[in-house]
Amino acid sequence: MTETLNVSASASTDPKPAPPGNDAKPAKGRSLWSDAWHDLRRNPLFVISAVLIVVLLVMVAFPSLFTSASPTVGDLTHHYQGKPNYSHFFAEDWFGYDTQGRSVWARMVYGARATVLVGVLVTLFVTILGGLVGLVAGYFGGWIDSVLSRITDIFQGIPFLLGAMVVLTTFTEGNVWVVITALLFLGWTQIARVARGSVITVKQSDYVHAAKSLGASTARIMFRHIVPNAVAPVIVVATTALGGYIAAEATLSYLGIGLAEPTVSWGVDVSAGKDGLRTAPHMLISPAIMVSLTVLAFIMLGDAVRNALDPKSR
Amino acid sequence: MGRYVARRLLQMIPVFIGSTLLIFCMMFALPGDPVAALFGEKKPDPAQIATIKHQLGLDLPLWHQYWNYLTGLFQGDFGTQIATQRPVAEVISQAFPVTVRLTLFAFFFTVLIGVLLGLVSGLFAEKVFDRVVLIFTLLLISVPSFVLGYLFQYFFAFQLGWLTPTVQDSRDMGQLLLPALVLAALSLAYVTRLTRTSVAENKRADYIRTAVAKGLPRRRVVGVHLLRNSLIPVVTFLGTDIGALMTGAIVTEGIFNVHGVGNTIFEALNRREGSTVVGIATLIVIVYLVASLLVDLLYAVLDPRIRYD
Repeated sequence: MTETLNVSASASTDPKPAPPGNDAKPAKGRSLWSDAWHDLRRNPLFVISAVLIVVLLVMVAFPSLFTSASPTVGDLTHHYQGKPNYSHFFAEDWFGYDTQGRSVWARMVYGARATVLVGVLVTLFVTILGGLVGLVAGYFGGWIDSVLSRITDIFQGIPFLLGAMVVLTTFTEGNVWVVITALLFLGWTQIARVARGSVITVKQSDYVHAAKSLGASTARIMFRHIVPNAVAPVIVVATTALGGYIAAEATLSYLGIGLAEPTVSWGVDVSAGKDGLRTAPHMLISPAIMVSLTVLAFIMLGDAVRNALDPKSR
Repeated sequence: MGRYVARRLLQMIPVFIGSTLLIFCMMFALPGDPVAALFGEKKPDPAQIATIKHQLGLDLPLWHQYWNYLTGLFQGDFGTQIATQRPVAEVISQAFPVTVRLTLFAFFFTVLIGVLLGLVSGLFAEKVFDRVVLIFTLLLISVPSFVLGYLFQYFFAFQLGWLTPTVQDSRDMGQLLLPALVLAALSLAYVTRLTRTSVAENKRADYIRTAVAKGLPRRRVVGVHLLRNSLIPVVTFLGTDIGALMTGAIVTEGIFNVHGVGNTIFEALNRREGSTVVGIATLIVIVYLVASLLVDLLYAVLDPRIRYD
C-alpha cells in the first residue's frame, strides 16, 4: 500500500524536471505528444481518415442506424433480380441483392463489426506481446536478448500468410477469436523488433542512468522511464499494421479459412460474389469497396501518425 | 567476406530448424487421421492402420519423425504424400518453376516501376506529381490483392477482352502479365514509398551538393550518387519481400488458375495433406533465408563503407 502511494507521489513530480533538461525540442513546454497532436489536427490525411474511422465505428456500434434491413434474412424473390439502384440512398436495394436475396447494403454495414473487431484486437494484442518481448530483450541484453532475438527470427522466417493459414486449418471452426489467434501467432515479431531497437536507444539516455544510480527498481525504470520514451516508434508501426491486419482478415475469410457464415464478413461476401463476376459484378465490388475504404482509412491514419511522431520521415 | 558468409550460414541453421520444426508441429496437430482417410467410407482394421503407420514412420514420437524428415531433406527427399504415394519433391518440381517465373515477373515490375516512381516523386517531393503518386500508392496498399485480382479480371479480360481471364499456359508471359501485376501491386507501392522517402532525404545530403558543385551532369548525380545511396532500405525490403511474394501467390494463383506453389499448398491445406505443406513451407523458408543473406551482401556493393571481415 505504502509502496503504491510512494510511486504515485514521485510520479507526479517526475515529468516536470524532464522538459527543461531535454532541450532537443524547439517548442517551449510542449511534449512530443502535444506537438504531435498539434501536427495531426492540421494534416488533411488525418482529418479524412478520422472521419472515415468515426463513421466506421458508428457502423460497428449501431449498424441499424444505417439500414433497417437484416443482413442474414434473405427473400428469394429478390434472387439475382437486384441490380444496384445507386439513387436509392440507404435503402434496402441501394447495392442490390445477393444470390440468397439478402440486401447487399445491409451486409456491407453489418460486415464492419467482425472485421474491425479482428483488426483492433489483433493490433492491441500484438503490441502488448511484441512490446513486452522487445522491452525485455532490449533492456536486459546479453543472453536474454540473444535467445529472444533468435526466437523472433524463427517466427519471422515463416511467411505471414502461410503461417496464419496453417494455424487456421488446425482449428475446425472459424470465429473471430480463432482468426485473432492466427494473426497474433506471427504478427508480434515486427513490433518486437521495433520495440527492441527503440528500447536499446532509450536505455542509453542520461535520465535512465540517473534513475538507476538513484536506486530505482528494474520495473520502475522499465515502465516509468523507458516505456513512455520508447513507445512512439511502436505506435507508428502498430497503427500502420492495423490496416494490414484488416486486409489479412479479409484475405483469410475470402480463402474460406477465416471467418465463416453465419458471421457477416466482407471477405466471405467477396468470395461468394466471385462466381457471379460476369453477370452480377456488384456482389463482389460492393463488399470490396468496404474492405478497401476501411484499410485505406487506417493506412492514412498510420501515415499521419508517423508524420506527426517522427518528423525526420517528412 | 568468406568468414562473414560462413558465420551467417551458421546463424541460419537454428532459424531454419526452428521455423521448419514449428510448421512440422502444427501439421502434427492437424485434426483428422490421414491414414484412416485412405480407407474412405470403409471401416478400417486397426491392425492394418498400425502396419501402414509403422511403414510410414508415423508411429514414432514427434521429435523422431522430425529428425527423419530433416535427414531426408539433406538427401533431397521432401517426404511422400500419404494419399497418392507421390514424392513431395516431384510435386514441388512441377509447381516451383511456375511460381518462380510468376514471382520474378512480379519482382521485375516491383523494382522497375517502384524505383522509377519513387525516384521521380522523391526528386519532386511536395509537388503535384508526388501527390498523385502518394494517392496511387495509398490505393494500391488499401485494395487487397484478391479484390484487385478480380477487378483486373473483370475489366481487362471480361469487359475489354485484351487478355485471357485465366492462365492456360504458364510459359506464356502474356498470360502471366495480369497475375504478375496483381502480385506486384502491394510491394510496388511499398518500394515506391521507401524510394521516395530515401531520395527526398538524401538529395539534401552534403555529397550531393558536392557532386553538383563540381559540375557533374545531372544524370550522373541522380543515377549514381543519389540512387545508389538511396537504395539500401529498398534492397532490405526487397530481400524480405521475396518470401512474401511467394506466399502472396496463394491468392493470385487461385484467382488466375496458375498451377504453382501457392495453388498446391492451398489445396494441400484443404486436404490436410501435411507432408506437402511442410515440404513447400521448408522451401519458402530456405528462399527467405538465402534472400536475406544476399541482401546483406548487397549492402557492401551499394555502400563501400560497409565491410565484412
